Amino acid sequence: MSEGAPRPDAVELRDLTRSFGATTALRGLTLAARHGEVTCVLGPNGAGKTTAVEIAVGLQRPDAGQVRVLGRRPYGAGADHRDRVGVMLQDGGLPQAVTPRALLPHLARLYSTPVDVAELAGRLGIPAFERTTVRRLSGGQRQRVALAAALVGSPEVVFLDEPTAGLDPHARREVHVLLREVAAGGTATVVTTHSFEEAERLADRVAVVVDGRVAAAGSVDEVCAGAGAAGLEEAYFALTDGVSL
Amino acid sequence: MTAVGTTAPRRGVPATRRVLAQARFEALGLLRHGEQLLVSVALPVLALVGLSLVSSPQLAVGRWSDAARIDVLAPGVLALTVLSTAFTGQAILLGFERRWGVLRLLGTTPLGRGGLLLAKATAVLVVLTLQLLLLGVVAGVLGWRPDVAGLLPAVVAVVLGALALVSLAACLGGALRAEAVLALANLVWVLLAGFGGTLLPAAALPGGSLLSLLPTAALGDALRDAFVLGAWNGRALLLLAVWGLLAGLLARRLLRWSD
Repeated sequence: MSEGAPRPDAVELRDLTRSFGATTALRGLTLAARHGEVTCVLGPNGAGKTTAVEIAVGLQRPDAGQVRVLGRRPYGAGADHRDRVGVMLQDGGLPQAVTPRALLPHLARLYSTPVDVAELAGRLGIPAFERTTVRRLSGGQRQRVALAAALVGSPEVVFLDEPTAGLDPHARREVHVLLREVAAGGTATVVTTHSFEEAERLADRVAVVVDGRVAAAGSVDEVCAGAGAAGLEEAYFALTDGVSL
Repeated sequence: MTAVGTTAPRRGVPATRRVLAQARFEALGLLRHGEQLLVSVALPVLALVGLSLVSSPQLAVGRWSDAARIDVLAPGVLALTVLSTAFTGQAILLGFERRWGVLRLLGTTPLGRGGLLLAKATAVLVVLTLQLLLLGVVAGVLGWRPDVAGLLPAVVAVVLGALALVSLAACLGGALRAEAVLALANLVWVLLAGFGGTLLPAAALPGGSLLSLLPTAALGDALRDAFVLGAWNGRALLLLAVWGLLAGLLARRLLRWSD
């Protein structure tokens, strides 16, 4: 957790709405993430998590509402802003014909303060398959490369859309340790996940997104208390059961 | 881990360095892409060698009728290569990169979408330079003797032609599903290679005056005038510029960053 003088939230999404034709993805979503904390965003498929992340990283513009990431509007923000933000998209976004060994140092060259690529890759077990092209990697191996790509620029804010999906337990444990270290270094770390265990292990704060809104937010204990539940799983189902998507 | 989460004020990597780094990355990717090299190098070489060994169809027509067959053939093969790399290859790559989310991810890096497009254009020009030099050497071995005075107009024609064809590639690859792009881009390549005024001058084809308005025909004619006659073909260069402008404007409307 951060100490000293209070800083503005690294991520501020306020009253966001977003529709795609007849489908409404966000209905007044409000969410914040702080420096030095892991914020886990939970919610059913189609609840609006990915849309919110894509708005926060500047890939989409909301129909209404306010977005601030590191004090800037992300849509159309310049290279200096993107230099401070790391992104792991749900579909990976990795070029398929290159190897991790070529890709990660290349991505590092785009950033002003890159991490030690070899060290990061080593932490994620990438050297074992670094000479294999991305298209031939397993789903879990691709996840690790995509996570490294998000962290390679030493971001002040990082958005990770389901970073541990498809990972085996050992890899998931290592990713959790790594993300705690990243947050401890001051990075606002926003993680979308379907795993209660992951949220309980990782999160300083959680937000449960239901039907385009944040139904509950706070520490795990606060969310559980608010829902009158003994654990996060029980709270999640109490908040999401009966909501039509 | 070192450096993650640093909050000191940052000065980003200069835009030129980012674009050049990405252009190098893209160019190496193009050169390592086997299927792409088949279309952009192997097929033009086969066309060059094959058509140089036979006497029909007639290539030396109109204002090039006094020239040797290889002197008319070689510029057409260079135009075919530009079509392969700048249009077919880029359209297919763009279609699949949209599918894989590559464009969206790179758009979130300091490179950005504008930098990515600039890097792609640079990479195409670099790869084309290497391909055209290789084809020039092969053509030279087969007896091609280009007019040196045509070098500058030829470079201008290749740059304008590449930009027009890359813009058309963005219209196709940036708008349709990857599988549709793959099918259509290859079909267009076959049609334009046969009837687009590249290998065979438009003047040698039925409806030649209409076909000569195609960007491939304009590129082929500009290169033939440059290397056979040592002359500038202002009409063809203007046509290429107009195609580039119109296709660029259309691409701005059509290009979607995800599939």
